[in-house]
Amino acid sequence: MTVKIVFFASLREVLGVDSVDLQISGSSSVSALISQLANQQSSEWLGILTAENIRIAVNQDLINEDVGVVDGDEVAFFPPVTGG
Amino acid sequence: MEKRIQVQEETFNLRSEYDHLRSVSLKVGAVVTFTGTVRDLNEDESVQVLHLEHYPGMTERALDKIIDEAAERWDVIAATVIHRVGDLYPGDEIVFVGIASQHRGDAFAACSFVMDYLKTRATFWKKEKTEKGERWLTTRESDEAAADAWG
Repeated sequence: MTVKIVFFASLREVLGVDSVDLQISGSSSVSALISQLANQQSSEWLGILTAENIRIAVNQDLINEDVGVVDGDEVAFFPPVTGG
Repeated sequence: MEKRIQVQEETFNLRSEYDHLRSVSLKVGAVVTFTGTVRDLNEDESVQVLHLEHYPGMTERALDKIIDEAAERWDVIAATVIHRVGDLYPGDEIVFVGIASQHRGDAFAACSFVMDYLKTRATFWKKEKTEKGERWLTTRESDEAAADAWG
């Protein structure tokens, strides 16, 4: 079972990757995904992805608290937006 | 309500966007449009290129929600949001917001609201290239305050 993780803007440049396909067993949660990513990629990712200004969206909806994720979900991490 | 949402690299034609908004219904009595352009100076540095990145899919959904919210608050007969992405240069148009309403008060307010919300809720990011190098822009507190002021 796979969850697609995507990163944007300055965060993508800091991490040096725009997306990661993460294998999960059964259901997971956003916080568990972050721990899993830090284990697989680099321990530095933990602090970067949990920084106060980082926004998280699950299936393109912003989340404000930890939520569950399942096979096929898309989880995005990005800095505050600056369009317009 | 008629909605038109576009995220695109190419520029847009103000006249044709205005004509579309004006001609949606004979009930339209006011059309307010806003165009944002690229400044050559930002925070005292000369901007050579402004790169716009976005989150395809989520951006369009966010803009759709923002227009719906505007239509809940004011009379909106038609709304258009066009936002450019890719490399832009000083003087280029970045964003267009157009609102058609029965009366001007609603059109002015809805247009202002959509821009304020777009700046703080739509998934776009700007990166400037100046003489000193590249830098990602950060959110301005004044933009957050403008969006919050709508309550």
